[in-house]
Amino acid sequence: MDAARQALSGVASGGPDTPIAECGPGDELAVRPVAARRRILPVVEVLALGLALILPLILQDYLTVFATRVVILALFALSFDLVWGYAGIMSFGQALFFGSAGYGVALLARDLDVTSILLVLPAGALIGLAFALLLGGFLLLGRHPSSVIFVSLGTLTGSYAADRLARGWYYLGGQNGIPSIPSMTLGSYEFEEGAVFYYLALGILIVVYLLCRILVRSQFGLALAGLRENERRIAFFGYKVQHLKAIVFAVGGTIAGLAGSLYAFHEGFVWPNMLGVVFSTQVVLYALFGGSGTLIGAVIGAVIIEGASFWLSDNYRDIWPIILGLLLLLVILFRPLGLISFVLGERERVGGFGRPPKRTR
Amino acid sequence: MPLLEASGVVKIFGKLTALDGAALTVGEQEFHGLIGPNGSGKSTLMKCVAGAEVPTQGSVRFVNKDITALTPTERARAGMSLKFQITSVLPTLTLYDNILLALQAQSRLVDLVFSRTRGALHDKVMTMLGQFRLADRAHDAASTLSHGQQQWLEIAMALAGEPRLLLLDEPTGGMSLEERRVTGELLQPIKQRCSLVIVEHDLDFIRDICDRLTVLDQGRVLASGTVAEIQASKSVQEIYLRRA
Repeated sequence: MDAARQALSGVASGGPDTPIAECGPGDELAVRPVAARRRILPVVEVLALGLALILPLILQDYLTVFATRVVILALFALSFDLVWGYAGIMSFGQALFFGSAGYGVALLARDLDVTSILLVLPAGALIGLAFALLLGGFLLLGRHPSSVIFVSLGTLTGSYAADRLARGWYYLGGQNGIPSIPSMTLGSYEFEEGAVFYYLALGILIVVYLLCRILVRSQFGLALAGLRENERRIAFFGYKVQHLKAIVFAVGGTIAGLAGSLYAFHEGFVWPNMLGVVFSTQVVLYALFGGSGTLIGAVIGAVIIEGASFWLSDNYRDIWPIILGLLLLLVILFRPLGLISFVLGERERVGGFGRPPKRTR
Repeated sequence: MPLLEASGVVKIFGKLTALDGAALTVGEQEFHGLIGPNGSGKSTLMKCVAGAEVPTQGSVRFVNKDITALTPTERARAGMSLKFQITSVLPTLTLYDNILLALQAQSRLVDLVFSRTRGALHDKVMTMLGQFRLADRAHDAASTLSHGQQQWLEIAMALAGEPRLLLLDEPTGGMSLEERRVTGELLQPIKQRCSLVIVEHDLDFIRDICDRLTVLDQGRVLASGTVAEIQASKSVQEIYLRRA
C-alpha cells in the first residue's frame, strides 16, 4: 500500500476496531462534526428525567420512600463517576465524604438543634469538601503524580479508618450510630419521607447533574479527558496534573457530602457502614455497572442495582445476593463499559469539546 | 548565551550506563540533530532534557536557568516542548480537541471551567491543523489517522504552546519516503519561531533540515559541529561503518 499517497490524500487507515462511520474520505459521516452524531445521550437523559418526574404519581407510598433513597444514592454515584470516570482517580473511599457529612449533620441536629435545610445541606457539602481537600491534598498533591494504587489504597484506608473510628467512639454512637435524627426543616415545615422529600432530592440531583454535565463538557472537561487518557502526556503540555485531580476530587467530595447529609435526614439515622468499605464499594459498583465516564451511567447503575436488590430480596430471600453478584460479574466481564455501552458508542461517550462554526466542504 | 545547555549528563539504569557525561548545546533558532548508532543514548539524553528522566549526574540549563530538577510541567511552562518517540496523541479525541487540549494547557483554570478561551482559540486550532495538512480531518477521532498523520498531529500539538525549544524524538519513525519529505517541509517554517532538537535515524533527513549535529556513541559525545564538519569527520564515519 502506498502509505504516502494515502496519508497525503487524507484517507484514513483505520485499524480493525475503527468505527466504519469514521473511515473513508468520501463518506459524509467522516466529515460531519461530532455534535451531529451525538444524539443518544440526551435521549437517555430526557427519558430518565421523565420517568423520575412521574414516579411518585405511579408508585405506592412505601416505594416512593425507596425511590428517594435511590435518588440520593444516585447523587452519591455521580460524585464517584466524576472522580473516577472523568479524572481517573480511583477513589475507593468515597463513603468517607458521604458518611462524615451524614454524621456531621446528625450531630448538628442532635446536639445543636440545627435542622434548617438552608444550613444542614451546605454544612454537609462543606464537610465533604473539607475531608476531600484533606485527603486529596495528602494523596494527590505531591511533586510528582501519584500512582493509581497509592491513591486507591490511600482512599480505602481513609474510609476504613473512619469506619473503625466511628465504631469505637461513644460520642458518635459506636456500632449503632446516631438514631432518631430530627427531621430537616424549612421554617416550620418538616421534610418527612414521601413525595416532597423525593422531589427535593430529585431537584438537587438534577441541578448537580447539570452542573457536572457543563463541567465535563467545558474546556476543563477536555483537560480531564486528556488526564484520563494519558496523564503523562498532558503534563508535558504544561498542565498541572495534580491540581486538576485535586480539584475534581474536592468537587466529588462536596457532592458526596451533599448526598450524605440528605441520606442522614431521609433515613433518620446514621451508622458506621455509611463511612466505610461497604458504601465505598457500592458506589464503585453503581458507576461500573451503569457505565463510568457518562454521568447518566452512574445514575442508571444506582437505580438498577438498588432496584434489583430490592426486588430480588423480596422474591429470593436467601439467594438474592448471589444472583445480584452474578449479574454484576456478567456485566463487568462482558460489558466493561457498563450497561450504557449498549446504547452509547465510544465516540459519543468521549464527546467533543471544541465548538467549531459550521464547516463547508 | 545558548538557549539550551546540557553538560556532564550521566544516566545510569541499574547496571547500564546509558549516558556517560553527554553534553548538548543549542542556540536560538537552531535546528540541532542528535544522531548516533542504536543504544548510543540519544533518546535518554532527550528525556533528560525534557524531564521525562532525571539525570544521575550533570546539569541542564535552559534560558539561563538551571532546570535539572524541574518537573515536565514546569519545563513546559518555561517554554520547552517534547514530541514523544512513540506517538501519544489522544486517540479517542478528535484532531480538533487534541490541538485544543495542547493549546489551552497554560490557560488559567477558571478560564477552562467557564470555557472562556474556546472561541478565541478556534482560529488557531484550524491554522495549526491547516499547517500540518490535517484541516479536513478536524472532527475525526485521532485513532483514525494513518501513522504518519498521527506523527504530524503530534508535532502540531507539541508546537501549540509556542515553545522556544521543541524536542522531537524520531519524528519520521515508521514513515514512508514521501511522508518524510513532507515532514521536512512542514518543519522548515518553524525555524522563525523556535529552536529544534531532533533525534533521528534517517541521516538524509537530518542533513536536509539541521544546522548543527551532535553525534553520540556509547553515552558520550563523539563529535559536535556543523553538518559539513560532521560529514567530514573520520571518527563519525568509522562508527557508522563499524555498526553498518
